[in-house]
Amino acid sequence: MLPFARKLEDLGYPDLRAASVDILQVNLGWRCNQACKHCHLLAGPDRLEQMERDTMDEIVRVAARWSIPTVDLTGGAPELNPHFEYLVERLAATGTHILSRCNLTVLLEPGKEHLPEFYRDHRVELVCSLPYYQADLVDRLRGTGAFEKSLEALQRLNRAGYGEADSGLTLNLMYNPAGAYLPPEPGALEEIYHRELDNRFGIRFNRLLTLLNMPIGRFKDFLERSKNYDRYMGKLVAGFNPATVAGLMCRTLISIAWDGRLYDCDFNQALDLPLVSGLPQTIWDFDLATLATRPIRLADHCYGCTAGLGSSCGGCLAKE
Amino acid sequence: MTHYYEENDLERFDEIGKYRPDLYDIFMNYYQGVMSAGALTTREKALIALAVAHAVQCPYCIDAYTRGSLEAGSNMEEMTEAIHVAAAIRGGATLIHGIQAHNVAAKISI
Repeated sequence: MLPFARKLEDLGYPDLRAASVDILQVNLGWRCNQACKHCHLLAGPDRLEQMERDTMDEIVRVAARWSIPTVDLTGGAPELNPHFEYLVERLAATGTHILSRCNLTVLLEPGKEHLPEFYRDHRVELVCSLPYYQADLVDRLRGTGAFEKSLEALQRLNRAGYGEADSGLTLNLMYNPAGAYLPPEPGALEEIYHRELDNRFGIRFNRLLTLLNMPIGRFKDFLERSKNYDRYMGKLVAGFNPATVAGLMCRTLISIAWDGRLYDCDFNQALDLPLVSGLPQTIWDFDLATLATRPIRLADHCYGCTAGLGSSCGGCLAKE
Repeated sequence: MTHYYEENDLERFDEIGKYRPDLYDIFMNYYQGVMSAGALTTREKALIALAVAHAVQCPYCIDAYTRGSLEAGSNMEEMTEAIHVAAAIRGGATLIHGIQAHNVAAKISI
């Protein structure tokens, strides 16, 4: 396999660099009420990593000081951080756009029933995981009963106004494959999601995003255990699409770990591949001018973002 | 070669163009044109391909279009129905030829 950095070099990107920092992606911790089989972070109920308030305060300061357009909250289940509401309230006061990644089932956890209205009151955009519109695939990835709970959570979000026309409350769903294959182009599948979820359960949402399973973490364990790793990596490499490179999320995003350390993306965070040496390494050293043009740290899992239509936390990257 | 069907041979498909690359290129252009979205979606075409793969019993095609159908967003219920369509048409085709047997038997029987 040609190393990813060499592949880009051959294409005329001798050192892939960021183009801006439009998004701070904040990982609030690796604790989650689920332990999904594809999770790149090995998140689960037993994980102890949690962001502290002083780190959050610094993130809020950075977002305000540099007028960062979007702060993207993730985890684990970010809502399980005891200071989640504290962070959202302070970020909302800065005027930045807040996006939160929600696994849906967390909304049914004791003490979390208020979250749909809390999101609404702070105009939080939601990206919610729903890997398919049928129970068997969802439960296989996310645990028995996850699909039924997800439906209940989506209905609660709809009742709060999310996904409803003209509410201005965005509810996007995130698909990911339930195995060693690539995601579809989202258009046709989005139509089916809309039809199935509305007709069968009265659920409405805005857009369907599709995400590829990155060959790291628990998903890599599955690939190796099932002897699918070589073929899956081969598919990612063979599917390299130069049209995805310009829009790679690492070019406009910086990832902040629960302990305040900086990474080019959540996947590099999972692999503990910090920013290139010599750059600011923590949120306390944040400097926009330096980070907005930084060289990106590359590794072979980056083929996961450039295969086919490409993949990112915002869905696919290239036109169909 | 240990088996007539080797899994990795699927990845060697382009080697069939070695002696007549012109014909291979014509075939591949046609193939890609057929399998692209048109009046039917790529999802629908992958399901048809999966059904045909079973009808012609090609293990390479079954492998490719099982993956292809999943990658197009189909599920096992849809894929199994498509395979039943292939089975039904093959079964029906067998049975309709039974009329030929009836005809032959009728012709030669007293």
